[in-house]
Amino acid sequence: MEIMDKLTILADAAKYDAACTSSGVVRGGKAGSIGTATNSGCCHSFSADGRCISLLKVLYTNHCCYDCAYCVNRRSNDVPRTAFTPRELAELTIQFYRRNYIEGLFLSSAVLKDPDFTTERMIETLRLLRTRYHFNGYIHAKAIPGADPGLTYALGLLADRLSVNIELPSEASLRLLAPDKSKTAILRPMAQIRDGAEQSKAELKLYRHAPRFAPAGQSTQMIVGATPESDWHILSLTEGLYKRYHLKRVFFSAYMPVSDHKALPAPVGFEPPLLREHRLYQADWLLRFYGFTAQEILDESHPNFDPALDPKSDWALRHPEFFPVEVNRADYEAILRVPGVGVRGAKRIVTARRYGPLSFEGLKRMGIVMKRAQYFITCSGRMLPGLRCGPSSVYRYLAGAGQAGPGKEDWQQMSLFDGNVRPV
Amino acid sequence: MTVYRYDGTFAGFLTCVWDALESKVEPAAFLLPDDEATFWEERELAADEERARRLYAALARRVSPAFRALITRGFLTCLPQRELALLTLIRRGFREGDRVRLDLSDPVMARVELALTKMWTEWDHLKGFVRFSDLDGFLVGEIEPKNRVLPLLAPHFAARYPGERLVLYDRTHREAFLSDRGRWKLVPAEDLRMGPAGPEERAFRALWRRYHETIAIEGRIDPKGQATHLPKRYRHVMTEFLTDEEMEKSLPGQAAGAKPLREGGTDRKL
Repeated sequence: MEIMDKLTILADAAKYDAACTSSGVVRGGKAGSIGTATNSGCCHSFSADGRCISLLKVLYTNHCCYDCAYCVNRRSNDVPRTAFTPRELAELTIQFYRRNYIEGLFLSSAVLKDPDFTTERMIETLRLLRTRYHFNGYIHAKAIPGADPGLTYALGLLADRLSVNIELPSEASLRLLAPDKSKTAILRPMAQIRDGAEQSKAELKLYRHAPRFAPAGQSTQMIVGATPESDWHILSLTEGLYKRYHLKRVFFSAYMPVSDHKALPAPVGFEPPLLREHRLYQADWLLRFYGFTAQEILDESHPNFDPALDPKSDWALRHPEFFPVEVNRADYEAILRVPGVGVRGAKRIVTARRYGPLSFEGLKRMGIVMKRAQYFITCSGRMLPGLRCGPSSVYRYLAGAGQAGPGKEDWQQMSLFDGNVRPV
Repeated sequence: MTVYRYDGTFAGFLTCVWDALESKVEPAAFLLPDDEATFWEERELAADEERARRLYAALARRVSPAFRALITRGFLTCLPQRELALLTLIRRGFREGDRVRLDLSDPVMARVELALTKMWTEWDHLKGFVRFSDLDGFLVGEIEPKNRVLPLLAPHFAARYPGERLVLYDRTHREAFLSDRGRWKLVPAEDLRMGPAGPEERAFRALWRRYHETIAIEGRIDPKGQATHLPKRYRHVMTEFLTDEEMEKSLPGQAAGAKPLREGGTDRKL
């Protein structure tokens, strides 16, 4: 088979994996090798679906001995099957990398024969890349649940990041749709990677040349919308994974109808829950960078996201007692909770007020977007002059602001100032 | 009112700053050799390397190294009349010290900060969006940035490809980055012409285009989202959006389908 056909089949089979980041590790250039890595990663292109292309994301093979209902590569699916050779894949990676198409390789695989055999093929590929081609760029490898821990360890010494997909948000769903996988089989390698990475970090402090095991940590992904779990359930699970398994990222993937299995949503007329996936990512950022807990964002009485409102605005409207926040005095953490103010904005506010008191005009000049923030802040004790609103109208304005659509903004501006626009 | 006319280099700019500080001139504008004459009094200064070096050292010593970095980076942005804004900041820096860097809500500082943010965004984009072609063993690429990001991209690509010979041409600022196995330099270059790609180069381009096409999920096609993250102005030199014929047309001559860049401080040399 031609390399073009292999690439087509094995990229097509890998595309449902959401993770394509190249972040979490810094490596300078080295004479005699090729490649570097930066902490924040790098997007090299964006595909027609608007997703970042950072890594060459392919399967080693799509021959699979499992039959997971939600997966395109399931044994019972009638699709063309193929596999790379380690040499082909290493050559392709290097040639793409040289031309600056990619930041590195994301190697995953269907389970060929058994998990050990598959992991061995992946190790062979990565070893070739690292030692023969002196590839110093980013590698993300998928750990195969059920593989021998020694093999997973060897994989982690060659890769920057490892991931194990949790696949579905609950064990019941897993039993139903992925009978060949179990929760413990998934969590075991996750724990092993966590412990390996921590041990490696400790050893590196003692010996500079200690082997580096998965220096960019691990991530996971789960499919959203194929099974009935609530957003609250998913978010709590996510928080638990960050806390217990020290994951760097949890990815969510809106279910795409790839099968007519009776336990899955019928493919005809099914709309992938893209907005829900978006809200989960927003909430995920609140967990990782904004000091929120899952319980604050959602709870038993409020188990799902409001489609019209981002989770931060939603929280703010349910906690009027927290606001308004005085930008000239409040803690960084409090400013971070203002809807419309991000990490960058909060940092700039904290810096700029060391020089002198901030006004609304000054905030605007600094690039703080007032659209949402204006309802929640005061500058030197005063609300934005001319702003008139009650709790229900704020909900309406924010819901309008949350969904970027034509016409909505005009309507919001008109009602906001009641024709009484005054310079601030 | 006075206007300065200088050669567009950083040393030339610092020479003007020296003059403005010394003679307490408040210039109305900075002009380049090709700019049209104004009815204001004109002071034309040749770059004075010695003064430039001393002022450059003073920026770090008397204010701070971070402040100096703000000025040097600010000079690379495409902010219209950035020289005036930077002169204002330098005056304040010498008067108030490093504290001036905190004053982010000041109108001049805010403008410079915003321009810098945009420049770093463009730099970050181009680290990923630059495309090289292997032409007879040289990796050759082209960019057309708004800001003068080539000096900032240079160390990145030199470190990334220590074993390669690289050429990256900035069509906006007519400047080329040359790297030979880790040693690199920037040179002014009026134009850059390349021969057509060989069969191997064409094969890898085709593989990349196929990959780019295949990796998109049909049920999620979102051209608007794609354009948000990858603005169309970058695409006229990106392999995956071009055929080989278009690449050969766009690389040596005018970029096919590219909108002309806005005027305003972009067309300058250091």
